[in-house]
Amino acid sequence: MAGGNETEVLTALHVLEYPYKRSVGPVIGRFLTGLRDQKIEGIRASYGRVLVPPVEYDPQTAQELSEFVDVGPGGVVTTWTWLAEARSNNPLQKPFAWALIKLDGADTALLHAVDAGDEANMMTGMRVKPRWRAERTGHILDIECFEPEA
Amino acid sequence: MGDPVEIIQTPIRLEYNYTPGVARSRFLMGLAEGKILGERCARCHKVYVGGGSGACARDGIPMTDVVELPHVGTVTSFCVVNVPFAGATIEIPYTSAAILLDGADIPLNGLIQEIPADQVRMGLRVEAVWVPDEERGPTGDSIKHWRPTGEPDAPIDDVLKRMRADA
Repeated sequence: MAGGNETEVLTALHVLEYPYKRSVGPVIGRFLTGLRDQKIEGIRASYGRVLVPPVEYDPQTAQELSEFVDVGPGGVVTTWTWLAEARSNNPLQKPFAWALIKLDGADTALLHAVDAGDEANMMTGMRVKPRWRAERTGHILDIECFEPEA
Repeated sequence: MGDPVEIIQTPIRLEYNYTPGVARSRFLMGLAEGKILGERCARCHKVYVGGGSGACARDGIPMTDVVELPHVGTVTSFCVVNVPFAGATIEIPYTSAAILLDGADIPLNGLIQEIPADQVRMGLRVEAVWVPDEERGPTGDSIKHWRPTGEPDAPIDDVLKRMRADA
């Protein structure tokens, strides 16, 4: 029988996965439905501010919100971080930037990926536009990523 | 246009490189050979199986005395699963049980089959049913399930007493 000290130590891939579904509600639901049609909608909140992505209730007054506003499709990077090594669940399988993007007509910024090729091409204040997927399902990744405006 | 979006899938996935450590590696490699290996503490003489840290939980010393255990034991507690869940591979209802092998002082977890779920009980004597030799590997799946031996039930109070830390 094997002695205590000569055991080969094993290693194995262990995957923990939960296939969650969530109901999105009327406001995010409309936002996602819009994405499927290549349309980006925000919602008008107090003081005339336009929130993107839209929310059901005003963050300041808690009033129910209902006035949808078309925004984008282009926008401005307000802050970003470069990801040198993409992970398997990232929207792009190459180096890219996570960025907050304030779409034209919006007062808040949306988090998304920016495919800039190289970190040197990223700049706060740069203009970007969405790259749409050909097959869209009503999901935030119907926008594959944003890319620098030509 | 299509229907409005009401539900989205938001899967969460974490990938780990799992290293079982020395004791559990030895246990798993024993399963690959059709053996159930435990280890005995040199101080308290308790026999652990299932591969913990490789150290006695009570005395805190490494356990190097490897013990081959029989493939027969007693159900000490169990749970009947009636609720289906994603990723389940067994038909419900099924019974998951803690099984104290003869000669061990800590139970192993196993699946009880070949008996209706509502007849599983504490004290039930069970034996391991292995997968065919060529399908065995360093995994808990090498033991397909546990089935009743047909022996009379073990006196459960005596069995439970064996697992007490002060026994």
